[in-house]
Amino acid sequence: MSPDAQSALWLSIQVAVAATLINAALGVPLAYLLARRRSWGLGAVDLLVTLPLVLPPTITGYYLIVLLGRRGLLGAPLYELTGWTVAFTWAAAVIAATVMALPLLVRTARAAIESVDRDLERAAYTLGRSEWQTALTVTLPLARNGILAGLVLCFARALGEFGATLMLAGNIPGRTTTAPLAIYTAVQTGESAEVLTLVAALTLLSAAVLLVAGRLGARAT
Amino acid sequence: MVPLARLAVLPMLAVLLGLAGPPPAAAQEVVVSAAISAKDALEALHPRFVAGHPGAAVRYNWGASGALQKQIEAGAPVDVFVSAARRPMDELERAGLIVAASRRDFARNALVVVKPADSPLGLRRPADLLDPRVARLVIGNPRTVPAGQYAEQSLRALGLWERLRPRLILAENVRQALEYVARGEVDAGFVYTTDAVPGGARVREAFRPPEESYGPVLYPAAVVAASRQRRLAQAFVDLLLGPEGRAALARFGFLPPAVGAR
Repeated sequence: MSPDAQSALWLSIQVAVAATLINAALGVPLAYLLARRRSWGLGAVDLLVTLPLVLPPTITGYYLIVLLGRRGLLGAPLYELTGWTVAFTWAAAVIAATVMALPLLVRTARAAIESVDRDLERAAYTLGRSEWQTALTVTLPLARNGILAGLVLCFARALGEFGATLMLAGNIPGRTTTAPLAIYTAVQTGESAEVLTLVAALTLLSAAVLLVAGRLGARAT
Repeated sequence: MVPLARLAVLPMLAVLLGLAGPPPAAAQEVVVSAAISAKDALEALHPRFVAGHPGAAVRYNWGASGALQKQIEAGAPVDVFVSAARRPMDELERAGLIVAASRRDFARNALVVVKPADSPLGLRRPADLLDPRVARLVIGNPRTVPAGQYAEQSLRALGLWERLRPRLILAENVRQALEYVARGEVDAGFVYTTDAVPGGARVREAFRPPEESYGPVLYPAAVVAASRQRRLAQAFVDLLLGPEGRAALARFGFLPPAVGAR
């Protein structure tokens, strides 16, 4: 495997791991709130989080540019303050993957949490546990397999992210060229050997990830 | 629960619309795969071609010449290939994919370094690009974009390539490079002098790299061998080479092909 292909694969894994960790921290609490509370505000958050799942990835990419580009709504003040901008950096690849994969985690985890028997939670409350303690020691452990399945799906989605990444992070070998982007360029330039190795590696990795997700999903109920 | 019959209506509508098919192609349609840097000039020529060939229509496929070349090699149904560099055309000619007799150079272009209109940097010579405040420099991806290949050639000839390499952002085609500069995402970029017009008020010219530092930017056009509209395709190429073509190209900043061009 060429050094470029290796670096693309390694970059993809790094980005996917980072995106999954961020989504775990953001998505699991969010899934809990969406499962256990109802409010107008939460409904809006749910919509916002789910949008990247249904919008064409290039539209999500466009919004990310509007938000985080050097002249973007958030990007401009960031640049004024720090002289740094997100576009074309490794961070941009992580952000794009995170945003695109979050809905997968939230929906799966939410379903798992909703399926936890509320009587068990109520039992914990009567025994004097706060909601926070109950969530940590009763609800989430019971929803564990579903949450893990969500995390695995999130990882797989982050690994394969292409459209929004290309728009926000660009295609810079060694910095933001993830495996899907490298395959795109290699196909464009007709480099079949490079294409084959990357396609094989990514397919094997994704299949392994799906296998794990399937096993976890089967044990989830 | 919605009755099952009602659920079936939407998919049926979708199938019916699908069967209606894409909008019917004109009786004689010419597909032109053209380097995106020639977009404005070719679009300006379009009415002339249609006026001279009633019933004919032209569809344009814009992109980087290298990418367009690969599409033709893969069998894309293209009638005319307009390239911003010789190499993609040479490779197609070697593979027998163009009508060699139809190949002609029709224009010349030059590189220019541009910066965002509100840039505080005074970039006047190539060496000024080494200024640490030039954190990001965009060029077309040299693997597929002629403008990027010329930019690399020029930077290497000027001894700046190795030092500027870590700061390079690669664009998929020269218009994307222009867009990055216009949006302020980068501090400077290599584009063609003809891209200044579409760039408009959002970019400013910084300097022109010395012409000796990169190969002549010659634009060849040719009829694709597999074309089913050879007559119309040849007419399109002829239009490019004729007085109306030259006038349109000149209006957008293209130079006439140099002596010694084919």
